[in-house]
Amino acid sequence: MIPALLLIPTLAGLVAYFVRANAPRRMLLVLAGVAHATLTGATWVAEPAPWWGGWLGLDGLGRLFLSITSVLFLAAAVYAAAYLRREMPGGREDFEEGFLFDNAPEATFTACLLLFLAAMTLVTTSQAFGLLWIAVEATTLASAPLIYFHRHHRSLEATWKYLLICSVGIALALLGNFFLAVAASGHGITSVGLVLSDLLHGASDLRVAWLRAAFLLFLVGYGTKVGLAPLHTWLPDAHSEAPSVVSALLSGALLNCALLGIMRAQQVCAAAGQAAFGQGLLIGFGLLSMAVAAVFIPGQSDYKRMLAYSSVEHMGILTLGLGLGGAATFGSMLHAVNHSLTKAALFLVAGNILAAYRSKSADDVRGVLRTLPVSGVVWVAALFAITGSPPFGSFTSELTILKAALDQGRATVAITYLALLAVIFVGMATAVLGMAQGAPNDARVPTARREPLLSVAPAVALVGVVLLLGLYIPPVVRSAIESAASALG
Amino acid sequence: MVEMVLICIVLTNFALLGSSRLSACIRLVALQGVLLGFLTLLARESALSVRAPVLALTSTGLKGVAFPWLLSRALRDADVRREVEPFVGQSLSMLLGTLALAASLWLAARLPQPNPALSPLVVPVAFFTILMGLFLIVSRKTALSQVLGYLVLENGIYAFGVGVVEGTPMLVELRVLLDLLVAVLVMGIVVFHIGREFDHIDTDQLTVLRDWDR
Amino acid sequence: MSVPSLLPAALALGLAPLLVGVITRTKAVIAGRVGQPLLQPYRDLRKLMRKGAVYSRTTTWVFRAGPVVGLAATVLASALVPYGGSFALVSFPGDLFVFAYLLALTRFFTVIAALDTGSSFEGMGASREVTFSALAEPALLLGLAAVARMTGSLSLSPILSRVTVEVWAQAAPALALVAAALLVVFLVENGRIPVDDPATHLELTMIHEVMILDHGGPDLAFILYAAAVKLWLLGTLLIGVVLPVHSDNRWLDSAAATVAMLALGVLTGLIESSMARLRLVRVPNLLVGAGVLSVLALLLVLR
Repeated sequence: MIPALLLIPTLAGLVAYFVRANAPRRMLLVLAGVAHATLTGATWVAEPAPWWGGWLGLDGLGRLFLSITSVLFLAAAVYAAAYLRREMPGGREDFEEGFLFDNAPEATFTACLLLFLAAMTLVTTSQAFGLLWIAVEATTLASAPLIYFHRHHRSLEATWKYLLICSVGIALALLGNFFLAVAASGHGITSVGLVLSDLLHGASDLRVAWLRAAFLLFLVGYGTKVGLAPLHTWLPDAHSEAPSVVSALLSGALLNCALLGIMRAQQVCAAAGQAAFGQGLLIGFGLLSMAVAAVFIPGQSDYKRMLAYSSVEHMGILTLGLGLGGAATFGSMLHAVNHSLTKAALFLVAGNILAAYRSKSADDVRGVLRTLPVSGVVWVAALFAITGSPPFGSFTSELTILKAALDQGRATVAITYLALLAVIFVGMATAVLGMAQGAPNDARVPTARREPLLSVAPAVALVGVVLLLGLYIPPVVRSAIESAASALG
Repeated sequence: MVEMVLICIVLTNFALLGSSRLSACIRLVALQGVLLGFLTLLARESALSVRAPVLALTSTGLKGVAFPWLLSRALRDADVRREVEPFVGQSLSMLLGTLALAASLWLAARLPQPNPALSPLVVPVAFFTILMGLFLIVSRKTALSQVLGYLVLENGIYAFGVGVVEGTPMLVELRVLLDLLVAVLVMGIVVFHIGREFDHIDTDQLTVLRDWDR
Repeated sequence: MSVPSLLPAALALGLAPLLVGVITRTKAVIAGRVGQPLLQPYRDLRKLMRKGAVYSRTTTWVFRAGPVVGLAATVLASALVPYGGSFALVSFPGDLFVFAYLLALTRFFTVIAALDTGSSFEGMGASREVTFSALAEPALLLGLAAVARMTGSLSLSPILSRVTVEVWAQAAPALALVAAALLVVFLVENGRIPVDDPATHLELTMIHEVMILDHGGPDLAFILYAAAVKLWLLGTLLIGVVLPVHSDNRWLDSAAATVAMLALGVLTGLIESSMARLRLVRVPNLLVGAGVLSVLALLLVLR
């Protein structure tokens, strides 16, 4: 099953590159998404066997993240089919500066989307650190052309920053791999790919100084890709200049997969008895990311950039939960699900708003609830979901993390956490509600546009799931999240 | 012999700090790649088989010939001024490099010796090269010199892997080579695009995307 | 041989102008000319000693004292440097610092004599000279410190006599770095290309030449002779580090060292003929590079 999970997107991507006609290619994209999602669903029913000598396998943690990725990709594929149809071939006029630019060829875009999915699948199914690293590197390389879809200087700037900063981060993670190999050397752990199960078995034999240094490098290296402050500087640019489909996938799926790297490192550290070493660092990075987001969100005029900073904030919350440990890990895993679904919905709706209003500035957009009714409702609902209001699922997950902090007696952490959440809520609500309500400006879109079904259906579905998770967590989901959390200690 | 090669690597790093012309920098990074090929050969003397020399040859070929050629092409096609204009002046860079070398020696002394260490100098020189790579990325302004800094960073990580990690050497080298190959290809393409789009490759001027006062 | 002897000082004082002659002759031969005779510097010195001197009314006693003090300091310095297998006339722990600062004293007096004239050209040359020497000082002292650490002594004579083949085999990289740094210091301190062109007389490009522009007669002879002795002494240091051969015969070692000194002269001539002068703004980079080489050697030795 695992080979199929990997081969379907890869082959589909390669085929999509060579297909000439647009409509069959978009159909291929959606079909590949459906096939991948079906296979992922099948893994919930029947546990897939490890493959390639134990290097590829699906444990509880991997399966959870694979499911998130798969669902998100399906939603994105459906949306992309409508989006690509809407993007006119040939020259387009830039909204902000008015020059003409080209888009990348659609074949490249579709192929890279599918290869991106393949790379992310590889990240979630790899059980060896070496392979995990290669997969994360592959995601960087597959997503760079996606960010550079609109061929103009701003997206080129964003792509360059993304490529350079993430490559440096991944190079540091490679050094972390080598440190881990040194930590594991000389005591019988000789497998060169650093298979996770071997490391967990022989964890007490690992050399502590090298293991700690390796964890540090993993945290900084993969943390760059996760978007933890102060390594997040590529995130706002890349997420705001990429097409909304790509931003949704980057925020919702890729950041999680990169976090998986840090989580695997934490697993090994915990097994070696060094869990406390990483915890302080994780809590620190988590709170710092939330603080940076709290500084940049209020007053942010570009709403896609605001969503990007919100991703930074939520990755900070996830890291904070990881650092606190115990019940907070359950909260983190639940929050990963909630955040990914909500953020993807937000970005997809933002894409609709951008297409209708032709402006990226929140000050220019007014009255979304009137002009784009369905999108408007989703926009407001997703705002409440992302900032952690009941009855959405994020409320439960953020509350769990808070409770764990208070149970552990970390009062300052809890208070800072709450204060930052409040500031971000105010900042985002000002922008989003201001955009949603009121009467639309005459200069921008005045007429109520017909909303294509495929543009709104994915977002509605995603927000619906988050609402459902807030009201009732199905036992199968709960047990899956619990098994993922227990793997982390 | 190993010590000589390592010290030559350190000297190339210092020379990179003091160089002001992009073409000279590209040649220095190529020289570093060749030196690392020597290091690979010296490190695997004990290991028999044809694999080690073949790998050393491939990595030398890629890092000493192919990448520099690619980057020189990008430099020529971008048709930009050849001078690298750093944020930090050359003399100050060299002094900071000396501090970085001292810091690497201290750091390497803090970590316990890895078992089959090639030479006590390998770990400090690897750390130093990594720090120099990061410093070059941060302190230089042209996109091409940032790619060179990234190459130096990877060279440092490669030196660490070759000198320290036991077990199959293949995976170490393959991993780094793969990383380098794809990254440099992609970066070279992007630099070409940047040059074409902006008429310069000065990344210090890529400041349109920012948070306040658009 | 650890008997202090007059040989090093005698050779320094006697053969220094010959070294200058060798360098000039090498450059001429490479340029395709016949060039000056090898003993021409001696004849120049004799000619200058017989001339009179003219002193400007704007100068003070400093102008007259400069060359004299400079020569005295350099001659004193020649008493500290060993040569071949022989120990120097005077040696005590810490004498390498005294040596460096005696040479600095020479330079200081040349500089203030130049400033004393009140001419802007000489002031310009003085400021450049002082800048470059300030940057070259760490290279010299740290390089010597590295060798001192290797051989375990702070006095020049024991240091250079203990640099044997075994020490080279053990610490070849560090010694090679020190040798490279000392070569750069040798070129800088003596005003050779690539730092300064001793044959130029364009005021805007001179450094050393311009400081002695107003001296004439015996004063100029003193200055030229002191410069030649300084060249010899710094060359001796370099040869001492590079040449690790020490047999038991004092005369054989001295002969070998003399041959090496002449070879160094030829090498300097070759370097001067094959390179152009560096732009003035690039010279600090070169000097910092030499300093870095010394620091690297020191770090390697201290590790």
